[in-house]
Order: sequence, then structure tokens, then C-alpha cells
Amino acid sequence: MIWQLDLIILTFVIFCGIGAITIKDLLGAAILFGAYSFMMSLLWAIMGAVDVSFTEASVGAGVSTVFFVSAVFRTTRRTKD
Amino acid sequence: MVDLLTIIISKYNYWGYIVLMMIGLYAMIVKKNLVKKIIGMSIFQTAIIFFYVSIGMKKNATIPIISHGHDGGEHAVHAVDFINPLPHVLMLTAIVVSVATLGVALALAIKVYQQYNSLEEDEIDSQIKVK
Repeated sequence: MIWQLDLIILTFVIFCGIGAITIKDLLGAAILFGAYSFMMSLLWAIMGAVDVSFTEASVGAGVSTVFFVSAVFRTTRRTKD
Repeated sequence: MVDLLTIIISKYNYWGYIVLMMIGLYAMIVKKNLVKKIIGMSIFQTAIIFFYVSIGMKKNATIPIISHGHDGGEHAVHAVDFINPLPHVLMLTAIVVSVATLGVALALAIKVYQQYNSLEEDEIDSQIKVK
């Protein structure tokens, strides 16, 4: 494990998480959550958990984002907080 | 004192885990929008998975794949040289469970929207009280 890379990606993960819950647009929140999941899969590849990384890249960054985007299209993009 | 500070700083993965978990908990409790609550739940789940993968991490070790496995395993395997794969295998199940939970939660949110024409918790509450 390279600890500099680990620390940088961990900061990205935290900022993507904060952005995903503070943005005032649900489609933007869905996209930022996809970025969060992708950064998380990079973090696990760095930490040596390659099988978890594969699963997160396909399931977390792929299927979850599709679920969120389709749910936003079926409902509304408007949010108050 | 310096030793304590070194210990605290060198465990930065666990501090990141605490921060992520608190972000998820804050979103689940404070945010009024249902989709924001669901995003908070997913962040909470990934934080716990992150904690478990951090437990299995090891310094100066490689990924748990035996590179000379084709010769029938005649060589001895030193467990010190490999990252502990047990938390990874457990967390694979947790990822699959988390995407199933996400699908069910979003389906319920869509049904709530069809019923009340809103995703905001306070608007739904006021409509329930009127009825």
C-alpha cells in the first residue's frame, strides 16, 4: 500500500460524500454518488482488496448510479436541502 | 506524548472511516428529502465496509494471490507476506446486500412519490395530517 495515494484518494472520497449530500439537485447528487463509489473502488484497489474493488466498480459505481438516475427520472429532480 | 500523536496520525484510515460514517448518519437524520436519506444510507454502508477492509490491511504485504499455484502448491505459503483476505470475502456479501437494499428503498420512494406527489418529508407529513 502507498500511503500518500491512500490519503489523497481518501480525501477525494470524503469530499465526494459531502458534495453528494449537500448539492441541491437530485440528478447531480446521483452523479456525485457514482463518483464517490468509483473513488471507493480505487481506494480498495490501493488497499489490496482487488475482489472487493471489482465488485464495487461494477455494482456500486455502475448499477447503483443507474438505479438512482432512473429513480430521479421517475420522480423529480427538485429538492429543498 | 509524541508517541501518542504518532499513533493517532498513523491510523488515518480509521479517522476517515469515522468521518464517512458521521456524514452518512447526518444525511439519514437531518436531510428531509427521501433520495438524500437513501444516499446517506449507502454512504454509511460503504463506511462500515471500509472499516472492515482496513482491519485486514498489512504493511509490506502483497495481494492474497499465490503466484506459483500451478505446481500443485509444493511451496510453503507464508501468511505474513499476504494481506488477510477474510474481511474482503465477508465484505463482498455486504456490497451485494447493500445494492439490494438500495433497490428496495428506491422502489419505496417511487411509490411514495406516486401517492403524495412529493419526495420531501415535511410535505408528505402535512398531507398525511390533512387526511
